[in-house]
Amino acid sequence: MTGVDLPILLPEILLALYAMAALLVWVYGGKDKWAGALTWTTAAVLVAMALIVATKNGVGSIAFGGMFVDDAFSRFAKVTILLSASGVLVMGRVHAAQRGLGQFEYPILATLAVIGMMVMVSSGDLMTLYMGLELQSLALYVMAAMRRDSVKSTEAGLKYFVLGALSSGMLLYGASLVYGYAGTTLYSGILSSLGTEVPVGLLIGMVFILAGLGFKVSAAPFHMWTPDVYEGAPTPVTAFLATAPKVAAMALIARVAQDAFGAIPGDWTQVLAAFAVVSMFWGAVAAIGQTDIKRLMAYSSIAHMGFALVGLAAGTVGGVQAMLIYMAIYVTMNLGTFAFILSMERGGVPVTEISSLNMYSKTAPLKALALLVLLFSLAGVPPMLGFFGKFYVLKAAVDGGMVWLALAGAVASVIGAFYYLRVVFYMYFGAEGPKLDSRMSTVQWAVLMGFAAIMLLGVINLFGIEAPALAAAEALLG
Amino acid sequence: MTVADYAFYAFASVTIAAGLLVTVAKNPVHSVLWLILTFLSSAGLFVMLGAEFVAMLLIIVYVGAVAVLFLFVVMMLDIDFAELKGEMSRYMPLALLVGLVILMQLVLGVGAWVQADGAMGLRASVTPDAAQVENTRALGLLIYDKYILLFQLAGLILLVAMIGAIVLTLRHRTGVKRQNVLHQMWRDPAKAMELMDVKPGQGL
Repeated sequence: MTGVDLPILLPEILLALYAMAALLVWVYGGKDKWAGALTWTTAAVLVAMALIVATKNGVGSIAFGGMFVDDAFSRFAKVTILLSASGVLVMGRVHAAQRGLGQFEYPILATLAVIGMMVMVSSGDLMTLYMGLELQSLALYVMAAMRRDSVKSTEAGLKYFVLGALSSGMLLYGASLVYGYAGTTLYSGILSSLGTEVPVGLLIGMVFILAGLGFKVSAAPFHMWTPDVYEGAPTPVTAFLATAPKVAAMALIARVAQDAFGAIPGDWTQVLAAFAVVSMFWGAVAAIGQTDIKRLMAYSSIAHMGFALVGLAAGTVGGVQAMLIYMAIYVTMNLGTFAFILSMERGGVPVTEISSLNMYSKTAPLKALALLVLLFSLAGVPPMLGFFGKFYVLKAAVDGGMVWLALAGAVASVIGAFYYLRVVFYMYFGAEGPKLDSRMSTVQWAVLMGFAAIMLLGVINLFGIEAPALAAAEALLG
Repeated sequence: MTVADYAFYAFASVTIAAGLLVTVAKNPVHSVLWLILTFLSSAGLFVMLGAEFVAMLLIIVYVGAVAVLFLFVVMMLDIDFAELKGEMSRYMPLALLVGLVILMQLVLGVGAWVQADGAMGLRASVTPDAAQVENTRALGLLIYDKYILLFQLAGLILLVAMIGAIVLTLRHRTGVKRQNVLHQMWRDPAKAMELMDVKPGQGL
């Protein structure tokens, strides 16, 4: 049995072997001096894995008696996760090395977190789900606290850990109730055990599971940790937290909802719709008063998760496709924006206050323009790529018969546009004040400019992402 | 009620009472001792389920190693637990309210508890027949064969925990003199000592 199963897990196994081998080599050989080389190697390995995953074709296959699923949906999510993780590692390197985050364990922990995410999106069993989730979360807790001489970083790690443990507890409790009803933890088994009558115990279990997963995507009302952790964690880690794990957790919600509870869509769509509405509005309103750009990005990610959940709440093929497209666009926008945030410094000291961007357009017109494009895209202003992400999810909601949800999304995106535009206002019309340095590493510059260009060029055909996303959604629901 | 029923209720009520005392005991050392009692009585419950191997593991590993380690850690940490407890009492009313709400929800859920048709069959189908295969062997079949993926993933999680503990706590102190045996043995006596001719009244 195992001989047939192992090739299906090839990318995960290779990554795990790579992580362990690299750990041994760097513990005995390189130590922190060669952390830069390790970062680049890890990024290259992640890209290679993305290629392996992307070139796999054929219909879905299952391994280990259904506990691990490899299909078009998981491949789409894995490629997004691997590429974004590799991008974050590369662009955070310079910053990490200068700001006391030069430990060689950083890329290794990131690799292990990525393995966890890959297991999450491929899970076909509540136990696999939990293992993947914990592998990911545990690595992220450590990464958030990695700058151990900084009180804020330590606090961020501890807060993340305690609340993450709470959410894991809720998830496990829900899983135990679901197991109690269905007698199995396999998604397929749960799905076939559901009849027309849905007992209260199972519903409570399902809501507990969704709440636990809501913590991980930082959907309101389970978002409290997000601003503090984003602010306290070292900026490269914040960039990591804001991208790959969000894709993984969102894909996981889609998989659990469709594969395990697909027979009772009416019961989970309302929960997801509630998450979506609260997240969109809270993310938009609470961000207005923020003065720190990392906190701003935290609220921005809460709002964006709300929009992605709108797609899932529709419960249709189009909805899942819209969610996948939205997450891919969200990750690109965030990578570009964080490339800029990583470079924000004054006199060699990193700054994160929004007011430090005052009149930045005079210091560095080109970079200010690139940031403007990215922020407009985050806000969802029409010619940019971000608009199309929002358009897809709202359209999916309308097609799924949830017009009210689409209307709420439209209103929330208008409110949310305000705070992105405020940053742009500071850059172009702000008061004179102490200026940012205009220095930036080549990689960060390339990422910032590249992704800003993508925001404009992607309008033509979204880089052909639509078809694979559709295939992925059909694989999940089919 | 049979003897087994009495034994179950005895073990179960001791487990719950001791578990409660773990959290409310004033002295952290007492908390750990209550924790040990919780482990012991849950081991009793495992024996009654016919899982004697797990019961022994619980006693040997958890009581014998983990809890004792806990005890040492708690004794060595210099934390003012009384202050922490004082902080906790401020939030007690809210915590009780939340606990009450959750309890009521659970009563609702458990009160109307039903199982899917065939759930019991599915539950039993995973494990080998207890009459045919002994406990330890059945556990081995499950962990190292059927659930090998989960076992390996758990291994990766522990690796992350290990890396994390080292990254967050290990400090390389500079200026610490360490013993280097080879260095000591290869010392050249001729170079190690220098004879000075000190003139009277001048010093070095």
